[in-house]
Amino acid sequence: MARLLNHERGGWILLAVLAVLAVVVPVANLAVPADSVFHVSTYTVTLLGKYLCYAMLAVALDLVWGYCGILSLGHGAFFALGGYAMGMYLMRQIGDRGVYGHPELPDFMVFLNWDALPWYWYGFDQFWFAMLMVALVPGLLAFVFGWLAFRSRVTGVYLSIMTQALTYALMLAFFRNEMGFGGNNGLTDFKDILGANLQADSTRAVLFVVTALALALAYLFCRLVVTSKLGRVMTAMRDAEDRTRFIGYRVERFQLAVFTASAVLAGIAGALYVPQVGIINPSEFQPLNSIELVVWVAVGGRGTLYGAALGAGVVNYAKTVLTGTLPEVWLFALGALFVLVTLALPKGIVGLWRRRQQSRRNLAHA
Amino acid sequence: MGARRLFSAWRFLIATPLFLLAPTTVALAAEDAVVQAAVDALNTRSFDDKRIAATELAAIDDPRAAVVLEALLAGELFTERGSGRLVIATLVDEAAGPRAGYALRDAVTDEDLGETGRRGARRVTVNNALRRYLRGLVAGMRLRDADPGNRIAAVRAVADAADPDLGSLLRERLVVETESDVRDAIVTALTVFDLDSADEATRLAAIAASHGNLDGTVRMKLTALASDDPDAGPVHSEAVRTAAKDALAGIERTVARFQTVETILFGLSLGSILVLAAIGLSITFGVMGVINMAHGELIMLGAYTTYVVQTLMPGALEYSIIVAIPAAFVVSGLVGIAIERGVIRFLYGRPLETLLATFGVSLILQQAVRSIFSPLNRAVATPEWMSGSWEIVSGLSFTYNRLYTLIFAGLVFMALLVILQRTRLGLEVRATMQNRSMARAMGIKSARVDALTFGLGAGIAGVAGVALSQLTNVGPNLGQGYIVDSFLVVVFGGVGNLWGTLVAGLSLGVVNKFLEPVTGAVVAKIIVLVFIILFIQKRPRGLFPQKGRAAEA
Repeated sequence: MARLLNHERGGWILLAVLAVLAVVVPVANLAVPADSVFHVSTYTVTLLGKYLCYAMLAVALDLVWGYCGILSLGHGAFFALGGYAMGMYLMRQIGDRGVYGHPELPDFMVFLNWDALPWYWYGFDQFWFAMLMVALVPGLLAFVFGWLAFRSRVTGVYLSIMTQALTYALMLAFFRNEMGFGGNNGLTDFKDILGANLQADSTRAVLFVVTALALALAYLFCRLVVTSKLGRVMTAMRDAEDRTRFIGYRVERFQLAVFTASAVLAGIAGALYVPQVGIINPSEFQPLNSIELVVWVAVGGRGTLYGAALGAGVVNYAKTVLTGTLPEVWLFALGALFVLVTLALPKGIVGLWRRRQQSRRNLAHA
Repeated sequence: MGARRLFSAWRFLIATPLFLLAPTTVALAAEDAVVQAAVDALNTRSFDDKRIAATELAAIDDPRAAVVLEALLAGELFTERGSGRLVIATLVDEAAGPRAGYALRDAVTDEDLGETGRRGARRVTVNNALRRYLRGLVAGMRLRDADPGNRIAAVRAVADAADPDLGSLLRERLVVETESDVRDAIVTALTVFDLDSADEATRLAAIAASHGNLDGTVRMKLTALASDDPDAGPVHSEAVRTAAKDALAGIERTVARFQTVETILFGLSLGSILVLAAIGLSITFGVMGVINMAHGELIMLGAYTTYVVQTLMPGALEYSIIVAIPAAFVVSGLVGIAIERGVIRFLYGRPLETLLATFGVSLILQQAVRSIFSPLNRAVATPEWMSGSWEIVSGLSFTYNRLYTLIFAGLVFMALLVILQRTRLGLEVRATMQNRSMARAMGIKSARVDALTFGLGAGIAGVAGVALSQLTNVGPNLGQGYIVDSFLVVVFGGVGNLWGTLVAGLSLGVVNKFLEPVTGAVVAKIIVLVFIILFIQKRPRGLFPQKGRAAEA
């Protein structure tokens, strides 16, 4: 543990903030009376939970992009696949409480005149099976895709374009009603999770705590990876791929392992996102979402895991505020953010902070 | 009345030689008199006399005669009470019927005679036998019309009437007809008649003649003839059935062949759009190694330029698109140069950063257009000469806008090749691309070349936007739909290879169109995407990889 967090004050701060949030937010939501200044509304709880899911996704992307140099423009797809696996479980939990009251089929299947559950929906009534799929489906896709791509040394820009094509193809596929995932509307109208009512404040609070915990664990996991010997190899691959290969490392295997692990993390983030937001639809596969995610990481600071989480929080908070007050300005701001960060802040907010620390220290020495 | 008819026949006799001999003015006057006389002859109670008069009238080759006969057929030919002259009467008020009275015009001179009550005029009556006879006469006259289009319409009308007596009219016309389209129509109509013939030999001959005929009625008749199902209709002899089946199979083959050709043409047209969208990218990505995610928005700017040019010159819709091409090139080109000078210049050698920065630019451009022009789609009108379709042969046609897009893509591609291979700028671009430091050592201002190359790629994106404005909706999201496709086309064809982009774009378009009928449009697109993803794994440098040192640059 000590090695994990050595020389990482940002990481300590992140874990501390998460711990505080996990205690204060549920208490302020459930125990503090609604008219108190310290009351946190359920809307805010959901919103913060959403940010935490995004932060976890950003940490997952930072693992491959920041440390392996693989810019994936398709991480939104893994997030969405995890979300769909969770959504399928939640759909099965509705049971006969749907609009059409069918004991087994979700509403949209009854609407499409399907008479039996497709085979790939079997097992999703079991929570453990759904959780297995949350990790397995994105992981398997990333494994197959990565195995094909890294083996033939598709890297850099080419890999970015291919991952973008992947999420685009998945979006088109999930928009089709015939796929059996609810088409355009996706999966929604969830009722409960593990027997607990999803609309209840207590369930939301528990989900929030679980998400905060998951983010902390994800951070520690990634930190473990990057501080291990594996992490050193990753950094070497990022900075000089050919040289690492010549030294004798099977670069493609490392890349594949990290890419798959990152996809699984993204899938888990998606699975936590869906019950809190209450819907999953094919627009999550949009290439734009995946690129936006890259900006969170870039804004926060590429190559620092806590920076990615910070970036996700800052950009999404700005998005919530701006789309609420000045919707016209949001795209301008986001676009400008892309340009500014790449031109002026290559290391993001964290880099800016470190530079200030550095110059202050230099001043002190002078 | 008999005396009157005799009198008009007499006038007719005198008038005819006059008509043949006299110079123009007199001839016209004389023809007027002839028509007048023949029309007046219709004013008789006897159906037989009417029949003779109608035959005489039809024999005069005059458009007015056709009008009168049609009016007679439609029950609109009346005699005016009092004067007794023949008039064409139409109801003043359709809904009210005859009670509201009639509007009268002279049957021959078309002079307006005002309105009259329901008793002011008496209808010239016809019976069924006469009506059928008249129908043939009118069709025969229409077949002699000066305009080939009207003649074809007349042939179709005769065929639709399905009156075998009129067949002889068509046969007569076929002898003198010179226009090939009209001849084809007549032959088809006659085939249809003969397929219905009671005589087996005629029918077999007609079946033989119907080989390769794509007319829907002919196919329907052949299917009926080939059927051995007694419930569907009379079962024909073995010989007829086999012959009909053969003919049908032949027709199906022709249809299948035409469909293949049509699919290839549609595929090429879709491919040409892909090529147009991707070719600008091929320059910036291939030559400069810059990932320009704002490429789609540069296409969109070109489309909006077309819209603005069209709004600025409302009177000259036909030419606005010609003006729009250079305008779009300049607008998108300048924006491209601004992007290069303002952003990309600082990021050379860092492709992933360029990708992010240009994506930011694309968002800004999108939102700017949305703020200026509204988020709704703008309608760009299609000029007259680009609408309609080109019928290559009967049953195979190609819309003009697709045809022009295909030609336009070819021209743009050629222009680009010429610029790169034959101009000073092209030479400098290629030199910089192959070895930047050596090019600089030779005195090439590489910064200027970079800006111009990027401007060129951006300008071509704008030109692609002009073409797209004719095919899809012009909206702020226009470019987004093409960016993924364009990148895949460039990567598939091999980065830095214009010919690769051309082959990749066209072949992807054709493959897509062949898949579409089998799998549906969305699945076809998914299959193509997955195919490219897998293909790139096999050949990471695309169809036509660059060889030698340039590949590693």
